[in-house]
Amino acid sequence: MTLRTASWKRYNWRVIWLSLAYAVALIGAVYTFKHHLVGPPFAYLVAILPALPVIGLFAAIGRYLVEEQDEYVRMLMVRQTLWASGFALSAATVVGFLQNFALIEPIDGYWIVVVWYFGLGVGGIANKLTLGAAGC
Amino acid sequence: MENRLRVLRAERSWSQQDLAEKLEVSRQSVNAIETGKYDPSLPLAFRIAELFGLAIEEIFVSPARHSSRAI
Repeated sequence: MTLRTASWKRYNWRVIWLSLAYAVALIGAVYTFKHHLVGPPFAYLVAILPALPVIGLFAAIGRYLVEEQDEYVRMLMVRQTLWASGFALSAATVVGFLQNFALIEPIDGYWIVVVWYFGLGVGGIANKLTLGAAGC
Repeated sequence: MENRLRVLRAERSWSQQDLAEKLEVSRQSVNAIETGKYDPSLPLAFRIAELFGLAIEEIFVSPARHSSRAI
């Protein structure tokens, strides 16, 4: 999506800050575990720290949808998130069965987030294909 | 939904961007409405109608009326 509404710019800033927070949390968590600096129960807290900014990314999308004043632009984003959700859930289902039958090695669950974001891109392409010039 | 938005805009020599700014929406929104790819909400349809000083049904063709004409 290439639209530049005020709420879209705010969303982009939130994504930038959350991405930075994710990098800091991930590096911190890896360092902490590598050097055995914490044990239970704090280890659980440190382990989920990188997950929090990722959850924040989903919240940022939700907030963007609430703040976006342009109803058409909002609809484009809703369509993209539906595509992303369908894409990620489908991928998770396929991978789940492949793992069940021991045809592939287990994959870390958090990769579903990456697949979901990839699905946002698929949704953007779908918008472009179905709506033409009005779809981006 | 079929509409006369492009004609009304052309009569006033407004670009899609001009109309978008007057309606406080994106140019893509105007494009989508003009080409019938997006049906505006009732509040936006009222804003469009008020901008042109017309009733909503003078700008947007009722889908029911449009299909009955086709029959």
